[in-house]
Amino acid sequence: MFAFILRRAGQGLLVIAVMVVLVFFGVNVVGDPVWILVSPDMTQDQIAEVARSLGLDRPIQEQFFLFVGGILQGELGRSFVHGTPAIGLILERMPATLELALVALMLAIVVGIPLGLYAGLYPDSAPARGIMAVSILGFSLPTFWVGLMLIMVFSVMLGWLPATGRGPVGHFLGIPTSLVSWQGWVHILLPAINLALLKISLVIRLARAGAREAVLQDYVKFARAKGLGRGRIVGVHILKNIMIPIVTILGLEFGSLVAFSVVTETIFSWPGMGRLLLEAIQRLDRPVIVAYVIVVVCLFVVINLMVDIIYSLLDPRVRLSEAAT
Amino acid sequence: MSAVVNTVREETPFRRFVSRFAEDRIAVAGFVIFVLIVLAAVLAPLYAPQNPYDLARVDLMDSRLPPGAKSLEGFTMLLGSDGVGRDIFSAIFYGLRISLAVGAVSCLIAASVGMTMGLIAAYFGGRVETLIMRLVDLQLSLPSVLVALILVAMFGKGVDKIILALVLVQWAYYARTVRGSALVERRKDYVKAARCLGLPDARIVFGEILPNCLAPVIVVATVQTAHAISLEATLSFLGVGLPQTEPSLGVLIANGFQYMMSGKYWISFFPGLALLITIVAINLVGDRLRDVLNPRLER
Repeated sequence: MFAFILRRAGQGLLVIAVMVVLVFFGVNVVGDPVWILVSPDMTQDQIAEVARSLGLDRPIQEQFFLFVGGILQGELGRSFVHGTPAIGLILERMPATLELALVALMLAIVVGIPLGLYAGLYPDSAPARGIMAVSILGFSLPTFWVGLMLIMVFSVMLGWLPATGRGPVGHFLGIPTSLVSWQGWVHILLPAINLALLKISLVIRLARAGAREAVLQDYVKFARAKGLGRGRIVGVHILKNIMIPIVTILGLEFGSLVAFSVVTETIFSWPGMGRLLLEAIQRLDRPVIVAYVIVVVCLFVVINLMVDIIYSLLDPRVRLSEAAT
Repeated sequence: MSAVVNTVREETPFRRFVSRFAEDRIAVAGFVIFVLIVLAAVLAPLYAPQNPYDLARVDLMDSRLPPGAKSLEGFTMLLGSDGVGRDIFSAIFYGLRISLAVGAVSCLIAASVGMTMGLIAAYFGGRVETLIMRLVDLQLSLPSVLVALILVAMFGKGVDKIILALVLVQWAYYARTVRGSALVERRKDYVKAARCLGLPDARIVFGEILPNCLAPVIVVATVQTAHAISLEATLSFLGVGLPQTEPSLGVLIANGFQYMMSGKYWISFFPGLALLITIVAINLVGDRLRDVLNPRLER
């Protein structure tokens, strides 16, 4: 187990290193951010001064070594636009994004599993067909358009829910979050539904496939022969078994929720790190782009590792040391 | 094939494929809708009441008219007009041309690149294979939106750059699919026979192995075209995709976003609906193709 974790951590570091090199050089070959930062009436000398202050007058390989040196000291460069450390900007906005992704994940589980379970237990019933049609639609709908429609219906036409911002932000264990107040929940609902929609469809499919397989298994027949009630068979025995693949895949999907939040955050003006990335791309704020990628790739590596460990705990048949060979 | 032979109705693989595909009426409907959309997009200049990018014909006085209103020129704006007075109905079909073209071109290039890489990996194996497949794994482990955003950050805006970004996002799917089937095909007798005949590697790979790997590629290509169209729309909506001069559906939706809050829904709603119908139609065809072309479900 320990050797497995160590090996995976090593692989993860390698992935991060490869991404750092690819993204650093990739981002630094296009455009000249100096021209976005200077005003038209500046003299050549002033422009050169700006380039020098950002370290952009040095050759690219020197910039890279300075950058790598910075990483080793926990520093991911300074934002060209804000003038503050890029990592600080990202960490400052991270709670908002993680909170949004977590609520979306929760929605996916709470809505998706019962619907999928029902569709799997009664595959030919009319509601089940309806559920499946909705889930196919959920896969096809472009996230950003669904977001617009949610705003149109619930904010503009009905006026039930706010369409922008995070609402009042409270603190829980020192972390700023909107989940401590009613207003905060009201604000997070629409963006979370928007972000969750794709995952709800995914969970419905997984739960349905799992349930259809599970009802044919011997342990279900045995439980029935033992005289267990239907609720107990479905709620305990079937649910427990179909949860394994769902937990695994949802864990892996958490990273994609964070990535997709770029779209949702833009639509709902949610002050998270996705919007920060988009602003950075539009203003060629290279250090922030690179830092964002590093943070997100780290997040992915950690999530994948955690999912592997949780998987082995949920399913004793999986031995991590074997999986590693 | 001549009409005389047709009367005998001999069973060709293509006909079997068509008749199996047609068993699913919803998929056929999807296919018909898709063909109609492509025709509507290609023929847009023939019937659209307005060329939305001919500045001489667009009048600012017409801006933000609700659906069904009359324009200054006298034609009815079926779906209303946008912030600068363009007819939404016309803009949608002109936008579809751009969306479909970007999707199709990027898919074609991605398929060629991906298939070549996949075949090389499968046929030569060893270090080449490891290198290519590690790259594929790395890319597929990250969500496509994220990869696309990073690539756009590297390349900047513009049609050619967006197509390049879409190609780089998608090639990995083709490479993995083709490699999977090519690994199976490589061991078959006809490949050994071709090698004994002394055929050159390129001829064996592209002339013998590739045609036998095409079925799964067609499925991937269908799904990926829908994906590419959706991804391009997303990037354009976020303002990092196509420029205003190439108004795809995503750009149209983005333009309407600012009017959403004041209840002028039609500027974003109808282009989005067109996008949705296009994607659903392609996905329906793709789903059916997956069933028909899957050898495991062969009857």
